[in-house]
Amino acid sequence: MSEYWNDIFGGAKSLVVGLNITVRELFKPVITEQYPHEVPVMKPRFRGHIELTRNEETGGANCVVCGMCQRACPSGCITVDGVKPEGAKKKVLTTYTLDFTKCSLCGSCVESCAFDAIQFSKDYNLASTNKDDYIFDLVKRLEEKR
Amino acid sequence: MTVPIQCAPDETFVLNLGPQHPATHGVLRVKLTMDGEYVVKAEPVLGYIHRMHEKMAESGTFAQFMGNTPRMDYLSALSYNQGYVMAVERAAGIQVPERAEYIRTITVELNRISSHLLWFGAFVLDLGGFTPLLYAFDDREKILDLLEHVTGSRLTYCYYRFGGVYNDIDDDFITGTRAFIKRLRSRLPSQYHDLVTGNIILIKRLKDIGIISQEICRKYGATGPVLRGSGIKYDVRRNEPYSIYPELKFDIPCYKECDSMARYMVRMDEIEQSLRIIEQALDKLPGGPVQAKVPKTLKPAAVDCYANVEAARGSFGCRLVCDGDKGPYRLKLRSPTYSNLSLFGEVAEGMLLADALAFMGSLDLVIPEIDR
Amino acid sequence: METSIWRPILFLVGIMAFAGVNAAWLGWCERKGAGHIQRRIGPKEVGPYGLWQPLADGIKLMTKQLLVPQGVDGILFRVAPVLMMIPAITSMVAIPFSEGLQARAIDLSVLLIFALASIGMMAILLGGWASNNKYSLISAARSVSQNIAYEIPMLITVITIVMVSGSMNMEEIAKDQMGGFWHWNIFRVENGTFLYMWISFLIFFICSVAETNRAPFDMAEAESELVAGHMTEYSSMGFGLFMMGEYLNIVVGACLTTVLFLGGWDCPLGLLPGVWWFLLKIYILIFSFIWIRWTYPRTQIYKLLNLSWKVLIPFSLVNLLVTAVFLKVF
Repeated sequence: MSEYWNDIFGGAKSLVVGLNITVRELFKPVITEQYPHEVPVMKPRFRGHIELTRNEETGGANCVVCGMCQRACPSGCITVDGVKPEGAKKKVLTTYTLDFTKCSLCGSCVESCAFDAIQFSKDYNLASTNKDDYIFDLVKRLEEKR
Repeated sequence: MTVPIQCAPDETFVLNLGPQHPATHGVLRVKLTMDGEYVVKAEPVLGYIHRMHEKMAESGTFAQFMGNTPRMDYLSALSYNQGYVMAVERAAGIQVPERAEYIRTITVELNRISSHLLWFGAFVLDLGGFTPLLYAFDDREKILDLLEHVTGSRLTYCYYRFGGVYNDIDDDFITGTRAFIKRLRSRLPSQYHDLVTGNIILIKRLKDIGIISQEICRKYGATGPVLRGSGIKYDVRRNEPYSIYPELKFDIPCYKECDSMARYMVRMDEIEQSLRIIEQALDKLPGGPVQAKVPKTLKPAAVDCYANVEAARGSFGCRLVCDGDKGPYRLKLRSPTYSNLSLFGEVAEGMLLADALAFMGSLDLVIPEIDR
Repeated sequence: METSIWRPILFLVGIMAFAGVNAAWLGWCERKGAGHIQRRIGPKEVGPYGLWQPLADGIKLMTKQLLVPQGVDGILFRVAPVLMMIPAITSMVAIPFSEGLQARAIDLSVLLIFALASIGMMAILLGGWASNNKYSLISAARSVSQNIAYEIPMLITVITIVMVSGSMNMEEIAKDQMGGFWHWNIFRVENGTFLYMWISFLIFFICSVAETNRAPFDMAEAESELVAGHMTEYSSMGFGLFMMGEYLNIVVGACLTTVLFLGGWDCPLGLLPGVWWFLLKIYILIFSFIWIRWTYPRTQIYKLLNLSWKVLIPFSLVNLLVTAVFLKVF
């Protein structure tokens, strides 16, 4: 019998305590970020999709087309190709394609690169209804960024 | 002519719970044979999100599998990261610098708290209370911000490396973590325990519901909070110590009631213990490198080794067989929720539908981890 | 005025407008209230403070197709949502919003409202049955046992009120409580004895939460167990009517509580009695409905029935007995 009364009075008390907490929260300021109206700032280490880094001297890509990133990628989403101009020592990058539909953002490519040729971008607004929008031509992106 | 559902008084019917059901948190399907609202037989059907992680490991190099580990249990990704990394380190005989071990402990415990907070919210949501979910997410958001600051991602962290961690932590992270510990400690009594734990409705729904006896736990190999809620004090961090856990002081919460409330309390107490662990690790944090010298392509000798870690849901085991090649010959992943779910069918027999779903919530299921 | 043709027409329009506005904007209130309790904003995009959100939702619902799945009982399936709406609107005929502001002064208005409230339960039963969905069927069965269990204590407390007021006419009951909050039925003093009417009020309030299928007693909807209960198979305005009916039931419940316990249109301090006080009281009650819903987890069907049969009914019976003794003996 005492359990019965405990349930009623203890229970009623716990319910009042609960209501008290929620009503106090009601008058506190909101904490959510209004995303399309407020643009979030990405952290410095944010790992977006990769992009090519610029060589300060030449203005072109830092990439020497060694193909390490292509081999390191677990999902095979990177295609690198380059040509060796007459008399030049290094290869020059011609295509760097990232198939973002397969990419899992693991960062193996950036880690494997010995020339600081790729880095993580801070892009995050990547929604699209067209699959082809996710085949990134990184060389073109580098030129456009100039 | 339409035919309505026809049921003789003693007839049972089959209720397909899932794969798309609000309470199954993903694509779990449970075939329930029901007698009215009572469950006569429950049969979990798996395989809706099987992605062949083990096969993927065999076809790539050791480093290439790193990105898969957080995709198993996306709520406590770092534990899975750590389990795999530890297995490879054992195989290749890599010594991890002390600072890296401390950083691993701090981040993995933060991740454990965030996982428990999400479970708390989702569990109360299963019971029909929506507001505690968002209070828990408020705190979890702080953890995600902290972890994003060091790891660069918010959910599927891929932070540990063979022989260390990817990035060192900075002072911002340390002060932020200390502030978070203070904040969560001040919020736990009111926003969590007063609002939810003490609530008579919640107590009535969890007490003596879903009793998992110790025999059933042993029979199905349940681990983690499910096991500790049944009165068996087993925690990999204590029973098979790894990393720096032997140097830290913490308790293993254990309740003998075996019901859903016991499992709830185990997890809530674990949040407090994890805060204690993080605090101690931050105090003792040594200097030094965070990454050992490791060859770029690992080629361990032909060995067979096993690493076991305590993930948020139980013991995660990683058996790695190497044949001297660049990748694993075989990688067996033992995920805790698979075993924890297996006992659902036996325990849920004779329960009411509402209680069975509350019981399922108390098991803390993450479906991609069951199917791998 | 009584015999004028305009009176019924004006009241018809007025009540329909009141019902429609409440049914639509209480959804907005609920979402806004839930948002701020959870420290979010809630609707904000459509219009200032998201005030036109109900219109947008309404237009969306009306332009959707009303799907009638295979194997359902066609007639009942279509009738059920309407059956949810009509009793709720009809009940408003008998509610006295203020002195003389009542569509029809019916002598047994309390009885009429309870009779109509029971029809609302039929809508859930029929909708759940006709849907040919197992979740809906479970929901229908649950709602019947729930409604039966909670109508008993509710009616017993109403008998207490009727005994004290000596009338079953809502307007008479309200008029009996005029002149400040110490005259209200909740603080009723009869023959120099304080009657514990606040217990009746609590029981009545809990029962009205259960009767309107609101959390923590939303056994019929129970979205984490039964997907959406009796509404699972409904789309378009079929679903919309169920939602609106639910809010209208809350309004009726709040009106009833106000008239029976909180002095109707009376001001707490006896000043300027009028319809505004009535509205203020019902919206405070509705806010507490919302507040409760976003605070507690859901109960379980047997715990819910236990609460009714083991706690509310004994308490209300004892209360009835004690009140009767005080009224007659002292």
